[in-house]
Amino acid sequence: MKIRTKIKLALASTLLSFSVLAAGDLHLDHANTDISDTASLQNGAKLFMNYCSGCHAIGFMRYNRIAKDLNLNDSLVSKHLMFAGEKPGETITTAMPKDAAKKWFGNPPPDLSLVARSKGTDWIYTYLKGFYEDESKAFGVNNKVLANASMPDVLWSLKEGKPEAEFDQDVRDITNFLDYVGEPAKLIRTSLGVWVLLFLGVLFILTYLLKKEYWKDVKYGIWRPRD
Amino acid sequence: MKNKQSWIDQRFPLTKVWNEHLAEYYTPRNFNFWYFFGSLALLMLVMQLVTGIFLTMHFKPDSANAFASVEYIMRDVEWGWLVRYLHSVGASAFFVVIYLHMYRGLLYGSYKGPRELIWVLGMLLYIVLMAEAFMGYVLPWGQMSYWGAQVIISLFGSVPVIGPDLLVWILGDYAVGDAALNRFFSLHVIALPLILVVLVFLHIVALHTVGSNNPDGIEIKKNKDKDGIPKDGIPFHPYFTVKDTMGAVAFLWIFCAVVFYAPGLNGYFLEHANFIEANPLQTPEHIAPLWYLTPFYSVLRAVPPMFGSQFPGVLAMGASLLILFFLPWLDRSPVKSIRYRSPIYKWVLGVFVVSFVMLGWLGMQSVTPLNVFLARVFTVLYFAFFILMPWYTSIGKTKEVPERLTE
Repeated sequence: MKIRTKIKLALASTLLSFSVLAAGDLHLDHANTDISDTASLQNGAKLFMNYCSGCHAIGFMRYNRIAKDLNLNDSLVSKHLMFAGEKPGETITTAMPKDAAKKWFGNPPPDLSLVARSKGTDWIYTYLKGFYEDESKAFGVNNKVLANASMPDVLWSLKEGKPEAEFDQDVRDITNFLDYVGEPAKLIRTSLGVWVLLFLGVLFILTYLLKKEYWKDVKYGIWRPRD
Repeated sequence: MKNKQSWIDQRFPLTKVWNEHLAEYYTPRNFNFWYFFGSLALLMLVMQLVTGIFLTMHFKPDSANAFASVEYIMRDVEWGWLVRYLHSVGASAFFVVIYLHMYRGLLYGSYKGPRELIWVLGMLLYIVLMAEAFMGYVLPWGQMSYWGAQVIISLFGSVPVIGPDLLVWILGDYAVGDAALNRFFSLHVIALPLILVVLVFLHIVALHTVGSNNPDGIEIKKNKDKDGIPKDGIPFHPYFTVKDTMGAVAFLWIFCAVVFYAPGLNGYFLEHANFIEANPLQTPEHIAPLWYLTPFYSVLRAVPPMFGSQFPGVLAMGASLLILFFLPWLDRSPVKSIRYRSPIYKWVLGVFVVSFVMLGWLGMQSVTPLNVFLARVFTVLYFAFFILMPWYTSIGKTKEVPERLTE
């Protein structure tokens, strides 16, 4: 009987969840990233590894995949991106222990492998630029995109003494890098697609001509005499 | 060659089958655009089977590993991303094709006698396909996989008396979890595809027994020449094999444009929230099934809970699917094709299409008083299309149907 009640409760809560409304839409700045811009991806990778990877893993991504896709040789990667003696084939994890992270932030910082796919690049860009001072918070900052975010404004030192446009570009590069990390295949997908569509275009012309040739029989009644 | 052919024919009716279904299957020569979607549905079935075989080689049906194994396919398996996108876009494309194929049936009265059984088999296919797609969507084990499954499967729990036990029996657990993932995987890769293939076979055999309908809704078998060949018919092969090949290439062009340039189609083919791993402790703000299930989901949400139970909504959703089976017997019109139907029917069909599309759209939106009201209006219109059909198809002046095809 008890189990039945539990199931009923679970049922009710699930069905109720239909009616939970989506949170109000916040205006997001356009990230304007370009995944084919390798220099931007390289800078984004460097910034990510220096400013973000201390807390955030990108656990589905491997160092040597980044090296290959971003035109970096292994020595460059180990010098600028690998700080703890990892092997090139390893995935990019974080050194922060989960339990400690939970104690420090309430929730361990999420893995960012797929953040560009679940939230979108505009969200990341606006979020990273969206920190404002708020003395009531533990780290002295709050965020306009994600209210009460437990993340400190880690990019503040990057912002210091820099024209705003330059900082925007840095944030854009990090966003671009995360977009790439969300789907590394995107690099090849967009360049390969052109050839696939061209091939199918030519094939269509050929199949159209073939069809036309055969259907002459039908058009002129050659296939069989009709009364 | 000839010898080999007769050697086989003595042991297997190869030539007979070839002739019956291709070289001497006489097809109305006036097929238009709408008639591409039957062969395209077959193409999509093959696409899903082949890509599915390769995905199964790398996917791990385990709640701890499923999500990561899909990303493994997307990143580490050679061409895995392409196979996965062909399969995920393929699912939606399959439904696009099926919906257009069914709409063709509505336009030209293809479900009317003597083709009732083709329609019924097609409806069975449609329902099995929906189950297949739903279970496939659970496998990547993202938030929408998990919570979508939770919502849909919980509907079984609303059945009076046996509901809670039925739910546990289906899930093999008290909630969606590893047990459910494993059995959905089994059903998705073995049971349902087998049923689909058998039903497609029966659908085609039934079609080739009575012959194809056409945009004029004229039975070409009524006008045969002295050899017993329909005067308005042409052999399926080579005329329609070359035509359908052309159609398939055109379709694949659009399909590949989506696969290569918008595989998620901005959340319509792959929902954004499904890139977050399933988390039973965190209910997403907004749960919606993929677009091809939303018309029926809307019907479910349009019906208010009665006596503290969601069951009436579930019944309405079931009825909205079941009623489609009865179409051949609800339609009393003396003509098949929209070309010769009364103006009343054209208006009614228009209202039905709008209702169905609107129900689909509303099923993706969050619940607001206005949306609920609209969903109720369109649900009533949806059912009215069927319930009033015996009446509105028997009134109004139809045009005279010619003896022979008009083009």
